[in-house]
Formats: sequence, structure tokens, C-alpha cells
Amino acid sequence: MIKSLGKWVDDRLPVSHFWNAHLAKYYVPHNFNFWYYFGSLLLVVFVLQIVTGIWLTMSYKPSADDAFASVEYIMRDVEWGWLLRYLHSTGASFFFIAVYLHIFRGMMYGSYKKPRELIWIFGVLILLVLMAEAFMGYLLPWGQMSYWGAQVIISLFSSVPVIGPDLALWIRGDYVVSDATLNRFFALHVIALPLVLLFLIGGHIMALHEVGSNNPDGVDIKENKDDTGKPVDGIPFHPYYTVKDLFGLGVFMFIFAAVLFYWPDGGGLFLEHPNFTPADPLKTPEHIAPVWYFAPHYAILRAVPDKFLGVVAMTVAILILFVLPWIDRNRTRSIRYRSTAFKVNLFAFAAAFIGLGYLGTQPPTTLGTLASQLLSAVYFGFFVAVYFISRRERTQPVPERLQ
Amino acid sequence: MADSPSNPARRRFLTGAATAVGAVGVGFAAVPFLSSFQPSAKAEAAGAPVDVNIGKLSPGQMTTVAWRGKPVYVVNRTERMLESLPEMDDRLRDPNSEVVTQQPEFAANPYRARKEHERYLVIVGLCTHLGCAPTYRPEVAPADLGDDWQGGFFCPCHGSKFDISGRVYKGVPAPTNLEVPQYVYVTDEIIRVGGSEEDVA
Amino acid sequence: MIRITFFLCLIGLLAAPNAKAASSNYPLEDAEVDLGDKASLYRGAQTFMDSCASCHGAKMMRFGRIGDDLGLSEEQLAALMPDEFTKPGDVITTNMPAEYAQEAFGIVPPDLTLTARVNGGDWLYTYLTTFYADPDTAWGVNNAVFPDVGMPHVLAAEQGLLQPVYETEGEGEDAKRRLVGLESPERPGALSEEEFEQKMRDLTAFMVYMSEPAALLRAHYGPYVLAFLFIFTLVMYLLKKEYWRDIKH
Repeated sequence: MIKSLGKWVDDRLPVSHFWNAHLAKYYVPHNFNFWYYFGSLLLVVFVLQIVTGIWLTMSYKPSADDAFASVEYIMRDVEWGWLLRYLHSTGASFFFIAVYLHIFRGMMYGSYKKPRELIWIFGVLILLVLMAEAFMGYLLPWGQMSYWGAQVIISLFSSVPVIGPDLALWIRGDYVVSDATLNRFFALHVIALPLVLLFLIGGHIMALHEVGSNNPDGVDIKENKDDTGKPVDGIPFHPYYTVKDLFGLGVFMFIFAAVLFYWPDGGGLFLEHPNFTPADPLKTPEHIAPVWYFAPHYAILRAVPDKFLGVVAMTVAILILFVLPWIDRNRTRSIRYRSTAFKVNLFAFAAAFIGLGYLGTQPPTTLGTLASQLLSAVYFGFFVAVYFISRRERTQPVPERLQ
Repeated sequence: MADSPSNPARRRFLTGAATAVGAVGVGFAAVPFLSSFQPSAKAEAAGAPVDVNIGKLSPGQMTTVAWRGKPVYVVNRTERMLESLPEMDDRLRDPNSEVVTQQPEFAANPYRARKEHERYLVIVGLCTHLGCAPTYRPEVAPADLGDDWQGGFFCPCHGSKFDISGRVYKGVPAPTNLEVPQYVYVTDEIIRVGGSEEDVA
Repeated sequence: MIRITFFLCLIGLLAAPNAKAASSNYPLEDAEVDLGDKASLYRGAQTFMDSCASCHGAKMMRFGRIGDDLGLSEEQLAALMPDEFTKPGDVITTNMPAEYAQEAFGIVPPDLTLTARVNGGDWLYTYLTTFYADPDTAWGVNNAVFPDVGMPHVLAAEQGLLQPVYETEGEGEDAKRRLVGLESPERPGALSEEEFEQKMRDLTAFMVYMSEPAALLRAHYGPYVLAFLFIFTLVMYLLKKEYWRDIKH
């Protein structure tokens, strides 16, 4: 009975085709390590953000008069509202933790290289939209940090030559950040950008499943197929990676829940303390710091003494990722078989990113600015160095098969 | 590469266990999302009991208060109105208030009121048909309601009729008597709508 | 190895003390807040209603919530309420009109619901215990962690008035005095030092609770959620191991 109903549907909708193409007969390398958990985790976190977001929208009021109180209403008066809110706010931070680790994985194992350039480009686009999504979401609680953070970031646009001031005015829809700004950010945050993200994630995964997954060895498993046309080193995603990713999900959720129940504001990093004061357009908090996931970019911005060039540096810091597949001219994918110079370069880059992240949350000091400048140089230096290192790099031979 | 499992029973058991744990997890996770649809503490605070002072309500007069956003009618009934109640029975659908959802136990009597204060009727002024607010028609035999009208409530939306105890007539769209809310007398002159005996104990 | 280093860096980044808006460098004292001590929270609530609520509101806190969370009897809850017309669903408001406050204090006393969440319990406790005599200000008092505070020392009768110890830095016209410590009051207050400190700890604990009542719920549900996720992870680990027996390489 159920079987025939299943067949009836399957004749009219490509359910089993989809199941086989993307799960049961999608062959992936058998040697995925720890770093390969984050793709599926990100999908789960994305769904979590969507669902909790929908629920928050049921009680949140997007107006300058009511927004702050409505968030506290959710935290206090709505049954389980506190959990929904913390899932969303802590979830945002975990989204970025997973995204940054996912990107770093791609850089280590050369997942951006031919034929996966388009997957990488989709990925960077997702990062960009996610940053916009997070930035607009952070305005919604309408606390002091929400307000002044938005004020500062929107003012960055005013440094664009000629059209700058008009551009900032256009984004705000008012002379300062105001009710109009809040209302449009709400619309963009809850529907427009999530839709864009959904399409980009779809493109990211479709492009991935077209060319197949990379792996820690950087070996192309499609080069070695058996008589039936299956890759010798490949295993079906389902059930092997579904069960493995479920285990990864368990570990992730455990850490996530531990933070959520015992450290939900992350000591001021996930929810900043001054943001529990309602927005006051007449009084700036003593120290404005972005949420941690924007801190590296903010540090780069502050490292440059010129306003416009600072904005350019910050923007380029993200956009430069787009061209990484063409900057890196070496065909060896995995870091396992690349030169020491490349390894040092990559880990210096990661260290600089973390260091900038720390500096970005601190109040500006002379020493801090100097350190930011140094680390910014390392950050951008990575891309320059990759360009030259990769040209005549002495790599180790890549094995034919997975190790 | 994928061989048949070396121990199918163990695999079946673990798959079953994982499915069960997963289902329990989804069940738990659903609780906060579904519970958040309940009235919030703010709604509950707004739905708190409301005190009505009946000291200045003259015989035949009605007053309306809002309780949980609903109109609650309080009527000081005249002797004539009270005397008319027993005569109504054969025209009513539920003269003895047998539909238990429509009143607290203390009001399951012809007066549909507390015994010690039977003059005063306290009912939710929402028609049990589709939720319009019935109008209070205390007069006897008005032109539009007919000669045997002894005073009561008339719903202008679909013509449902109720007697002066809020009991529904036969042959009208409303299925049940008007609802009597939970209430209690704090003093002889103050009714607490939504209040229970514990409030005055 | 590299992996471990990377995570240490990451953890270091997250644990880095977030620079908080601190308006003075006076060392903060540990408030020793224990949200599990319901008796302390109740004493704090009483102090709050007696001493704070006449000027400050806490408009996001409902009396009924306090009663439920602290397990209060009806009498105990009624004792917190300002009058007999207050219902459990009501929030803590102040009777002082904003216009009057503006005139009398030059500022409308801020709502205190979230104060502890903005500044932290330790700051609050230190603030409450470090009012000191300063004849140069409008109220004759100043505060070690909130310089030029706009509030009088409401509890001076109980604490007595602490005397400041200054150190002078620089010379001549540039000389600046800096607060380095506080001394016992010339005339002792109605409470002993220990009694007053305990009272302020209770008050701080209550205000920390009030700033996030959900903290009690987090503490309640946390262990169950983690226990469940532990079992979930364990089962998934076994399931993964079972399936991966197929993979030989």
C-alpha cells in the first residue's frame, strides 16, 4: 500500500532520483577527517536560525519604540522565549565559528582549486551575505551596541568618494539610524537575505555534487573507478557519512548547548553587555566593539589611518578570497604535499586572523594599532606570498590513491 | 567496498536505538516551540481577575466590564425577572444548565448565579453561535421580539435569543447557553470576575 | 599538533576578557552572587522594594514571576508589593513622577531591571558599598566606581559615611588627586560592616536575578539537555562505528 503510493509519487516527482544522486549513490572519499564535519553542521545551523528566527518574529516588534522591550518580553514573558532567543543569538556566533573553520578547511586542502572554483565562489558569496545578515540582525534588539554599531558601519559607506554621503543616507533612510532603518533591516534580515542565502547554499551544494568532494589528500577519486564505474576510493554518502555526521552533530550540539545553558552571552562576545541598555541616539557607549565575528575586519579597518583606504582595505580583505583559486598557481591541492613555505604562510594567515579578531574587540591603543597593522600585513601578505610561492613550489608527489 | 554487515542484528539494534533517541530528541525540541504559542505572562497579567462594584447597580440595570478582552455583563435583576425564570423551561434548549462547559458548578441552577446572590447575573457577553455580543433587552413583549418575551438577551447578528439567565431558546442558531465565568464575591458589593474561592478564603 | 595549537588560539580568543566600559579603575569586589540561595534573593528583593523602588522602576519584572521563581508564599509576595491594589501580574513601577525626578535630581532615575546585566554583579556590589563623603558634589557624596554619581547615598544611615583616602599625582597646577581607598565612617551607621555588606550582597544577587530570570531556568534544564545530548552522541558514535566496519582500507 505504502509502497505503491511511494511509486505513484516517484513516477511524478524525482524523489528516489534525488535520494540516489545526492545521498545513497553519491560517492565521496572515505578519508574525510574532523575538518569535514562543518559543511553538514552549517546546514543544520542554517535551518536552526531559520526556525528560531520565524518563532522570534512572532513576538518581536520592529519599531524603535517597541523593539528593545519586545526582546525583553521574549526573554521574560513568552514561554520558553529565552531559549528561542539564545538559540538564535548564540546560534549566530556558532554559525560564524563553523563558517570560518569550513573556509580554513578549504584553504588547507585546496578545495578552491580546479574544478571547484565555482563552489568556492558560491562559498565566498555566502560569507558576504551572511555578514550582511548578521549585521542587520544585530540592529534588531535596538540596544546601545546595536544602534552605535550600525551607526559606525553605515558611516563607512559615506567615505566612498562622490556618492558616499548620499549612499549612507539612502541606506539609513534618515539622517541618523532610526525607526526607518530598523524597519528595513528587519525586512532584509527576516526574508530577503535568508532567501538569497538559501539560493546560494543550493548553488554551493549543486556545484559540489556536480564535481564531487575533495579530500584531505587532494586526490581526485574519479580517476580510479572500478568496472561498475564507482570510484574505488569512494563510499556512498548515505549511510556512511550520514551516521558519521550525526555523530559530529551530537558533539557540536553538546558544545552548543553547554554554551547556551551556562554561558549564553559568551562573556560579552556573543551578546555584548552595553546592548542591554536601550538605544540612545544622544549618548555613545564608551567603547564600541563589533561582535567577535566582525572583529578581524574591524581591526583591519582601524589599522589604516585613512578613512576611505581603511574601508577599502576591509572590503578587499574579504573580496580577495574570490580570486584565491587563480592566485594559487600550484596544482597540488592538499597541504599534506605542499612546501613548508606554503604551510608557514597559511598558518601565519590563520594566526593573523585570530590576532586581528582579538585586537578588534579591544579599545584602540597605540600598541594595538601597531599590532593590527603588522597582522594586517600578514593577512594580505598571505595572498601575495601564495602567488609567488605557488609558482615554483617544490611539492611532494601526490599519491594515486587515498592514503 | 560496502559489504553486507558482519553482524546484522547489532546493526538493526543500533539503527533502532539511534532512531528512537533521535525521535525523543525531536520531541523534546518541539516542546519550547509549541509552548511558546501559549498566552505569555503579559497576556496572563492582562487576563487577571477584574473587580466589579455592584453597589450602585439599580434593579434592572446592566453594566459591562472587560475581562481577558471579553465583555462580561453584570445584571441586577428585578423581582419580576426572577419570577419569570421558572415559566421559561419549555421554551429553552437547556433549562437546567446541563452543558457543563457553560458555567461553573455553582451556577448550574435556574438563576445561573451564586445561590446567596441570585439577583445578580454574571455572564460572558459573547453569543455561543459565532461570537457577537448580544444586546440586553430587559423589556417585556417588545414589538420585534414577540408577546412572550420576558426580558433577556438578543443577538443582532443571527437572531439568537436568551432568557434573563442567559439560557438559550429553542429554534435559534446558538447551540448552548451563554457562558457564566468563574467569579467570586469579595464583599457583598464587589464581584471578582475570574476570581476563585481561594481569593477570599 | 598544529590542529591543537589552532584550537588553543581559538579558545584563547573567546576567553579574552572583553573590554568593558569601565569609568574608573577602582578595583571591583567579588559580589559572590549565588542564584541558588533563594533566601538571599528574597532579602535582596525586600531591600530593593524598600530602598530602591521609591525612585527607580524595574518595568520588565513582574511580582508574580518573583513569587514563582523564589517559591514565595502569598504573604511573602504581598509583603513585597507596595500596596493592596498591586496584582501579581504587575511590574515594579515607581510612584515618583518623571518630571519631579528631573527637577529634584536633574536626571530621571534609570530603570533598574537590566542594570546588573549591563555592568555585572561585581560592579554593582562595589558601587553599592563605595559611596564616600565628597563635599564638592551636590549630594555631598561621590562613588568610587561611578565618579560624579547623580544619586544621593540612600543607605548612609545604615552604612555611615565612608571617608576617602586620596593620593596626589603630579605637581603644581597639574596636580590631580586620585582615590586610592576608603576609610571607616566617623560616625558608624545603624548596621555593622558585616551586616551592611551582607545586605548589599543580597541586593546585588536579587538584581542579578532580576536582570535575567531565565538564568534559573537555564540552570534547571541545562543538566538534562546535556545528559540527553551525551546519550545521543554516544548512540550515534556506536552507530557510526557499526556502519564503518564495512569500510576496509
